[in-house]
Amino acid sequence: MLNALALYGRYTAASVRGQLAYPTSFALMTLGAFLITIIDFIGVWALFQRFGHLGGWTLGDVALFYGLTCVSFAIADAITRGFDVFGPTFVKTGAFDRLLLRPRSTVLQLLAYELRLTRVGRLAQGALVFAIGVALTHYHWSAGAVAILAFAIAGGVALFSGLLVMQATLAFWTVEGLEVANVLTYGGQAAAQYPMNVYAAWFRNLLIFAVPIGCVTYLPMLAAIGRADPLGSPAWVGPVAPVAGFAFLGLALFTWRFGIRRYASAGA
Amino acid sequence: MSGLALRPYLAVFSGRLQLTLQYRAAALAGFATQLWFGAIRVLIFAAFYAGGAAHAPMSLANAITYTWLGQAFLAFLPWYPDPDIVEMVRTGAVAYERLRPVDTYGWWYMRALAWSLARVAPRAALMVGFAGVLLPLVGLGQWGLAPPPSFAAAGLFALSALGMVLLSAAVTLILDVIIVSTLDDRGTNAVASSLVNLLSGLIVPLAFFPDWLRPWLRAQPFAGLIDIPFSIYFGGLSGWSAVGAIATQFGWVAALVVFARWRLAAAMARLQVQGG
Repeated sequence: MLNALALYGRYTAASVRGQLAYPTSFALMTLGAFLITIIDFIGVWALFQRFGHLGGWTLGDVALFYGLTCVSFAIADAITRGFDVFGPTFVKTGAFDRLLLRPRSTVLQLLAYELRLTRVGRLAQGALVFAIGVALTHYHWSAGAVAILAFAIAGGVALFSGLLVMQATLAFWTVEGLEVANVLTYGGQAAAQYPMNVYAAWFRNLLIFAVPIGCVTYLPMLAAIGRADPLGSPAWVGPVAPVAGFAFLGLALFTWRFGIRRYASAGA
Repeated sequence: MSGLALRPYLAVFSGRLQLTLQYRAAALAGFATQLWFGAIRVLIFAAFYAGGAAHAPMSLANAITYTWLGQAFLAFLPWYPDPDIVEMVRTGAVAYERLRPVDTYGWWYMRALAWSLARVAPRAALMVGFAGVLLPLVGLGQWGLAPPPSFAAAGLFALSALGMVLLSAAVTLILDVIIVSTLDDRGTNAVASSLVNLLSGLIVPLAFFPDWLRPWLRAQPFAGLIDIPFSIYFGGLSGWSAVGAIATQFGWVAALVVFARWRLAAAMARLQVQGG
């Protein structure tokens, strides 16, 4: 285990050095990731200018949900690059054979494939929007609230990573990997940027019970800011809800192992 | 120009069109993604309107129609340069473009036109079928894509849609020229796609921005990619203001074509080829 961590550290250090070898390119791509995500929030601002509030929430409230979701997704997206490109880069080329031959788990090796530093741009955007939310609202941020948020981010990283692992697992069958999986990763992030109670029931239930994004964003955020759930979930649910993210990751890793058994090399 | 002189341009247009139309899986994936993002936008609009629509610049039904149209024609948005031209610049094959006895700008413009049309056609057909036909059939018409309110609106929309198609290719060519001049597409892509998403009215119809900003927003080139044609479609822009908006679209097409031709000629005259 310790050895695996050390190995991961060495892999990622190499990946980071490689990306920093082209500083201008790195800076531009990071700035780009920041810009492309912050403009979405300008759209949210414009709508609040017109309507004033959304289902009882102010712009500051929505900024908190939005920021939390973006931070979790940015971290997951940075560490799971190997799974994101799994179909075209590993299955189609047969490079996965080599991973199977090495005496380490495939999950570790794919995690170590690349630590995408440019996602710092997306992370910074999420943190900025969250800070705007804190400035615009007047919630009391106790140590307990911060702990709930940290747990929510951990659960969110687990959940989004789980989605990317499942997307990669599909490549055992489809080889190329399916763009449609973006609906759940990018699309799930986009949906969770708003408090879940504003959605129609079928959509909301999908995001809380089927793909439990609401459990790592909406429910813990309610607990952190001390607001009762307009949907009526009991108060104890919020702080423990992010566990669903880890359960989802566990399920994803289980399907991954199932998929590997089905793998037949496509390369030479 | 005689018909013979136009032949190479028509050939590159139809070749690229047929090639791009082969990517059916990409079209299906695009449709699924656009359906999801469209649904989120529609549900968010519905939630905002449910809280009071006194200051809304359009009805909820019109905002929904606008949203589905934006998703249906999403692939017209010029987010990045023509990938084939980026590859040519990277490998140095762009030098061959100077050897062809055709006008490079016109040749590339036809490529861009065919590329966008072929990507839009299947996605738009699926989306209009879903939001314009299927949703009303199952009784969810108020969540769907409504037809234009009048023949005048439909006619003006047809004209404005033509402007949208020409403008999309003209902006793609600006990005192509930037690549030929700078040799790197990553920074440009990020800035261009952010600007396009916001200023075209994809994220939020431009009418929702503060009123004092609106004349400026409608005058800039990207408004002609989504906001102008789709506002004309549901009647948010009509009569002389619609005609003026269409004139803005075509004015920008002309300006961008003239500018990009001039810069492309300059870039091609002192082309430095990368690769062997």
